[in-house]
Amino acid sequence: MSEVIGIGASPKRKEDARFVRGRGTYVADIKRPDMLVGAFLRSPHAHAYLKSVDVSDALAAPGVVAVYTGEDLKKDNVGGLPVGWGISGKDGNPMKEPPHPPIAVGKVRYVGDAVAFVVAETTDQAEAAAELIRVDYDVLPAVVGVVDALRAGAPAVYDDIEDNLCCDWDLGDAAAVEAAFREAAHVASVELVNNRLIGNPLEPRAAIGEYNFATGQYTLWTTSQFPHVVRLLMGEFVLHIPQHKLRVVAPDVGGGFGVKQFHYAEEAIVTWAAGKLGRPVKWVARRSEGFISDAHGRDHVTEAELAVDENGKFLAMRVKTLANMGAYLSTFGPNIPTNLYAPLLSGVYRIPAIYCEVKCVFTNTVPVDAYRGAGRPEATFVVERLVDLAAREMGIDKIDIRRRNMIPKEAYPYQTPVIVEYDSGDPMGCLDRAEELADVAGFEARRAEAAARGKFRGLGVSTYVEACGLAPSRLAIGLGARSGLYESATVRVHPSGAVTVLIGTHNHGQGHETTFAQIVSQQLGVPFQDIDIVFGDTDRVQHGLGTYGSRSLVVGGAALSRAGDKVILKGRKIAAHQLEASVDDIIFENGEFSVAGTDRKKTFKEIAGSAYVPGNYPLETLEPGLEEQAYYDPINFTYPGGAHFAEIEIDPDTGIVTLERYTAVDDVGTIINPMIVEGQLHGGIVQGIGQALFEHGVYDQSSGQLLSGSFMDYCMPRADNMPQIVLEPHSTPCAHTPMGVKGCGECGTIGSPAAVMSAVVDALKPLGVSHVDMPATPNHIWNIIRNSRAQIAAE
Amino acid sequence: MEIGFTLNGRHVEVSCKPSTLLSDLIREQLSLTGTHVGCDTSQCGACVVHLNGDSVKSCTVLAVAADDGEVRTVEGLCAVDGTLHPMQQAFHENHGLQCGFCTPGMLMSAIDLVKHIPDPTEAEIREWLEGNICRCTGYQNIVKSIIAGAAAMRTAS
Repeated sequence: MSEVIGIGASPKRKEDARFVRGRGTYVADIKRPDMLVGAFLRSPHAHAYLKSVDVSDALAAPGVVAVYTGEDLKKDNVGGLPVGWGISGKDGNPMKEPPHPPIAVGKVRYVGDAVAFVVAETTDQAEAAAELIRVDYDVLPAVVGVVDALRAGAPAVYDDIEDNLCCDWDLGDAAAVEAAFREAAHVASVELVNNRLIGNPLEPRAAIGEYNFATGQYTLWTTSQFPHVVRLLMGEFVLHIPQHKLRVVAPDVGGGFGVKQFHYAEEAIVTWAAGKLGRPVKWVARRSEGFISDAHGRDHVTEAELAVDENGKFLAMRVKTLANMGAYLSTFGPNIPTNLYAPLLSGVYRIPAIYCEVKCVFTNTVPVDAYRGAGRPEATFVVERLVDLAAREMGIDKIDIRRRNMIPKEAYPYQTPVIVEYDSGDPMGCLDRAEELADVAGFEARRAEAAARGKFRGLGVSTYVEACGLAPSRLAIGLGARSGLYESATVRVHPSGAVTVLIGTHNHGQGHETTFAQIVSQQLGVPFQDIDIVFGDTDRVQHGLGTYGSRSLVVGGAALSRAGDKVILKGRKIAAHQLEASVDDIIFENGEFSVAGTDRKKTFKEIAGSAYVPGNYPLETLEPGLEEQAYYDPINFTYPGGAHFAEIEIDPDTGIVTLERYTAVDDVGTIINPMIVEGQLHGGIVQGIGQALFEHGVYDQSSGQLLSGSFMDYCMPRADNMPQIVLEPHSTPCAHTPMGVKGCGECGTIGSPAAVMSAVVDALKPLGVSHVDMPATPNHIWNIIRNSRAQIAAE
Repeated sequence: MEIGFTLNGRHVEVSCKPSTLLSDLIREQLSLTGTHVGCDTSQCGACVVHLNGDSVKSCTVLAVAADDGEVRTVEGLCAVDGTLHPMQQAFHENHGLQCGFCTPGMLMSAIDLVKHIPDPTEAEIREWLEGNICRCTGYQNIVKSIIAGAAAMRTAS
């Protein structure tokens, strides 16, 4: 394919060439010369004082080189893990931000908290020696749920933090909401749980640290979505390594979903240990270890109310959420249930007044942070449950009530009452088309047919909007971000005219090597095959903030296109000199620089060559070479959205929910590669279905043990319980990004839980069920059916 | 223990412990890292290889079980010149992979499926993949890939 492949085409992915051959390079695949292996001893208790940690037997074990405890790190001035986004409470005071030592000091606060790190010649030796460490725990009562943690007399995760409360935060106009509720003809209310999730990218986390005594250079290979941010956080705050002496490499990474966008203790510990020992140190998580050390997601308990007038128009919304932070604040932990949650509570609707209160609560559980969607699926679930309930209670069709309240296309840009201003969108268009594709008109016949077979059939709908393309730095910093959120890209044009792009986002399944090459191919007229994308290495890529929050194409792609603009501008100057014309008269089209209105032209390749062999070149005014760098800081978030329909059947004898049909019409703005966008939507939708039907991170309430601690206990979607998904785009270009893109990585996960649960509740309507918490497992549904029938019989 | 077997068409002799897992032998001692380990409970299927022609989860097979046998890993699927196996080509053509971590196991399982059922239905494919977890694709394009790959394998044979 020696041609230009541009925006809107679906070339097959470049990255596949190595992955289908088994030739990817993931961190666990890397071996360094003279490498040691480390294993952690982790706390089996949810809450305990560490009275003593005796490592003498472990140190004497075969092959063991070192054993480190929290005290060893502390003595060496190793810092705590920093939080990247701080928030302040209603009272204006900053959140409580307790220290987060990489290895526990004095007290362990969750099952999985690191107690010691053993370094040995082999994995077997390190793991065997870890068993020999004698820890004297003084076990304390533990608390794992947010409601329990706030109760008077609850175990204190921190002695000096009252009520386990990290922050009591709010957003919106409480007085306006109270006034609107007084006028309401109807108030719909719901109490719901947004279930704790464990992201489980299929590649377990891993890290290798290395130190070069000759240069003072540290290198960390890590399974990260944002190597430059790890370099910043670990270098500056934890290990005090100047950034020019620290290289962080995130090579091929086997899925992220947010789980790999935090700075983890293990990264710092292997790097530090490598410096102490003068040999590379590798750690690879066992899956069971990942369950108790990867940050978890969601875990909200919420009470919400929607005030509606007599015509079914929304007047105001009031939301109170308790959000689990876990035992320590993870990198973005406090930001997720606040800034990425409350501003999305307007959904795609006109809701004049919204007030949201969020209490962030410490518990004796694994830290909670972003997981695909991060705050926005939680918000969507609240909004859509309330809308469904209002419709049902007022006797209005649930699709109709959505139409009555949707923001019409003409009303964009639309300022919500909760900070964000949507730049573009057409939720009505998405809903209309999805309704058609889902054959909603034929649903009642399908329901009757299912009923004849003894099955409950339900139709569910959700609409959603998300704030993506994180993020406008000024706004984000105003909301507590401790870093900028721009992105950077370099376009390096080689003398041959081929291009290498160096970009600060990270590709771990999203197909950037293909999509970004399409952008360059179209912009510069360079053959698709002559473009390579480099990412994931702080020594190769100038700077970057990484990949999360559906930002790579929106922010990184914009930086790339800006860098391409600079290349074209310089090319025009070179061409002007060679074609003896003024720069203003040089136009660049289809890979050629030409003098407007003439046939005098130079190809991109010729100009690239002459930039490096500058015989006929304006050296007096222009440097040789053709390489340009750009940073892009977005002026607003982007707001993808859409409408999803789910159709399910319930077998009342077993409680099994079967997903029969799934239809999604999404607005992701301009689409660069339709094939890749569809793939992102499929994956996102199925992860959301996982939340709705299967996935649940469950802790034992008294012991604080994680009960869903393996793939045997934590159920994720399999091929045989997923339907074919019907997708169609309905794009309105973003008004402020250079290509009109909005981002698509999280859409599916945001829209699908609400759609599926709407269908489950609809199916159970004959039994009088008005709300079902996630996940709708067979046991959960069977119990609801049994109890509802018993209640009906009693009446 | 000293064992010998055919690995992707060449004979190898290695020494390992009786407790060494086939996945560890392949990855750590023989440095073929295309076979991945994604869990420790035989659930995810990223480690699937062919042992004597059948798909097995190499994390659940002792290395000594390969003695005198034949092992094929994902690296052994394509031709020496890099030409892809029809199933690899089908995954590429149908966007049947995203992060690539489950892909080796998916390919090895899919090829074994086609050996048993040359023209599998969508339902048969989905059931066969019960032991392979993908967290990225939602399976839709994997199923599509396997339908296409099976057709290409039938044509090729």
